[in-house]
Amino acid sequence: MGAAVFFGCAGIAFGPALALVLLTVAAEPLRVIVLVAGAFFWLVSLLLASLIWFVSVHLSDREDAKLQYGLLVFGAAVSVLLQEVFRFAYFKLLKKADEGLATISEDGRSPISLRQMAYVSGLSFGIISGVFSVINILADSIGPGIVGIHGDSPYYFITSAFLTMALVLLHTFWGVIFFDACEKRRYWCLGLVVASHLLTSGLTFLNPWYEASLVPIFIITLCTGLWAFVTAGGSFHNVLKCLSCKQEDDSRVMMYSALQVPFED
Amino acid sequence: MDGKHLKRKDPFCVEISDFQRTAPMTELSAHLPQFQHGQLTENFPDNHLSNTQESMSSALFNTDQNDNSERRRHDNNERRRNDNPESETNGQPQNNIQQVVEQDEEEDEELTLKYGAKHVIMLFVPVTLCMVVVVATIKSVSFYTRKDGQLIYTPFTEETETVGQRALNSILNAAIMISVIIVMTILLVVLYKYRCYKVIHGWLIISSLLLLFFFSFIYLGEVFKTYNVAMDYITVALMIWNFGVVGMICIHWKGPLRLQQAYLIMISALMALVFIKYLPEWTAWLILAVISVYDLVAVLCPKGPLRMLVETAQERNETLFPALIYSSTMIWLVNMAEEDPEAQRKTSKNSTYDKQAPANQTQNEDDEADDGGFSQEWQQQRDNRIGPIESTPESRAAVQALPSNSQTSEDPEERGVKLGLGDFIFYSVLVGKASATASGDWNTTLACFVAILIGLCLTLLLLAIFKKALPALPISITFGLVFYFATDNLVQPFMDQLAFHQFYI
Repeated sequence: MGAAVFFGCAGIAFGPALALVLLTVAAEPLRVIVLVAGAFFWLVSLLLASLIWFVSVHLSDREDAKLQYGLLVFGAAVSVLLQEVFRFAYFKLLKKADEGLATISEDGRSPISLRQMAYVSGLSFGIISGVFSVINILADSIGPGIVGIHGDSPYYFITSAFLTMALVLLHTFWGVIFFDACEKRRYWCLGLVVASHLLTSGLTFLNPWYEASLVPIFIITLCTGLWAFVTAGGSFHNVLKCLSCKQEDDSRVMMYSALQVPFED
Repeated sequence: MDGKHLKRKDPFCVEISDFQRTAPMTELSAHLPQFQHGQLTENFPDNHLSNTQESMSSALFNTDQNDNSERRRHDNNERRRNDNPESETNGQPQNNIQQVVEQDEEEDEELTLKYGAKHVIMLFVPVTLCMVVVVATIKSVSFYTRKDGQLIYTPFTEETETVGQRALNSILNAAIMISVIIVMTILLVVLYKYRCYKVIHGWLIISSLLLLFFFSFIYLGEVFKTYNVAMDYITVALMIWNFGVVGMICIHWKGPLRLQQAYLIMISALMALVFIKYLPEWTAWLILAVISVYDLVAVLCPKGPLRMLVETAQERNETLFPALIYSSTMIWLVNMAEEDPEAQRKTSKNSTYDKQAPANQTQNEDDEADDGGFSQEWQQQRDNRIGPIESTPESRAAVQALPSNSQTSEDPEERGVKLGLGDFIFYSVLVGKASATASGDWNTTLACFVAILIGLCLTLLLLAIFKKALPALPISITFGLVFYFATDNLVQPFMDQLAFHQFYI
């Protein structure tokens, strides 16, 4: 217990997110703003979902444990759906902002592409979602205590950390896929994203049967990751090229016109 | 377009690079109505020992520094360096003029919106740092969450029998505090209007002395107590002395920009901690709510005290109080001859640099008779000090031909944004109170933090669109309060239940 568990679990839960933020987001002001605004949108969705849950709990019988459990599941489902609704709302907002940035920029191009915004918005949803899920648990892990003394699983902290990591990555991938699906109007992709989010959240209801919850969730994470990679334009060929570190001959011509270089995507 | 890119090659920047920061009173300029101008807000008494003005200002400034056009480069006379504060006397207006001009509307709009993201980050970082310091202190040093009495400005206790009595007491406390603030602000405006600069300076110096020495001594003592560090008085005296003196120099005189920013953040954090400690709960929330309403009124209404303060400062072409404003970039002291109403009033010749008459400029650039924006009084002072020197177009051209070894970047992004220290303080009070008293603990703190950042972002966006001084408190504090109460009462039970079952959403 104590500092070791705290740092270990914090590292597991937020290591990938921190690396992604430091490497890709922190340097660009616009991406930081997209990150913070995405967190805001997620918070609003959570607020609404908790309001619905709170109202439903207060209208119901408090003593009935099964009913309360059912209401909690219902609240979780509502929250997932609201998160996706707000992701869509954020997509709309970013699309408008993208057009605005493009019109007022010098060369007609927005300084940030919609794909980058999709990635950053997914990351922001993931980070804030992960933080809200796990930060109080991490804070408790610093102090003294025995995990699972009343018969619960002793692996609570470490599994929470892994679940959070999976969730952060999943949100990032979902963001990329979601925005791309909205752009190209592939509504079946949208439905699939929502369904996989519901599935992931549903699998966590199987906790503490961690074999049934953690393993499938990680499989889902991997698959979604591959899907997002392909959606973002990656391919096996790209990976090989990147790994072989070969310098490709740039067959494009540099135009020495007024301060312009060819548009690179 | 070229002018904009070339403006940073202004050789007068050479001299500026010798020192990082100029005397505080001359640093901030009051901008003219066409440009972004800022306003200061309330005067905030911090404890019963003295009235301090440290937590004044909760307004947002947007300064376009040196956004010159090419013709302006020819207009730049010698920059006046005001490094002897004793040259200010009561009743003498300061003649440091820093003027900014937007070129065309379209480029301007592109610039402010294009560079808006960077300014937002330039404000996110210090606001975040201040909040981190406050939250870290609240969480670790128990002194600031212990109830040790209340300020004399909030005389009614909140430990009452009934909820109604508590509500009434907190409303009375908030009313007293707000009226004290209003009275202080009006007093400040009156002092400023009647040019009692010495009184204002003395007031500012006393309050920063108090913060830098006394409050930081208490803070250091409490931190040592928390971590059980053995310390002797001599070492503490040495540390506090150094900290305080360097702070006074940085804030009121010259110093490296980062050091000055760090000190401003530290004194904002100290002030916020004092409020968090001495304001009871309901009173604190009420005060936050009422202060953001007051901020809105004072900055935007035509007869608001802060608006009057800024307009007076603009009429006199003076700077406002730099000790109370966080600035994200260095201030350039370039005297620009354009649109100086005093000069235009005094001289009867054509205004060379009249923005509305760009056609005149080329033939009038060699006009010897222009005074370059310096008033007669200033010129007399200068002549008395360094002998009669007149800057001619030839001499100006010669100086401009000097290579510039200015270390500043040359892109227009160096325009800065200013945020009043009062904003820092109240943001930190909100987040600190949230972390001290919320049952949701870290969730509530983070929600308030995100809400405040988004409010700041929106305020900056409005600033970029409207280009006038805006109150920075209302949007952020509103979001912050909404998120605090919503997260503490609605989200926290929900997340608690989910975490209990290890459900993830």
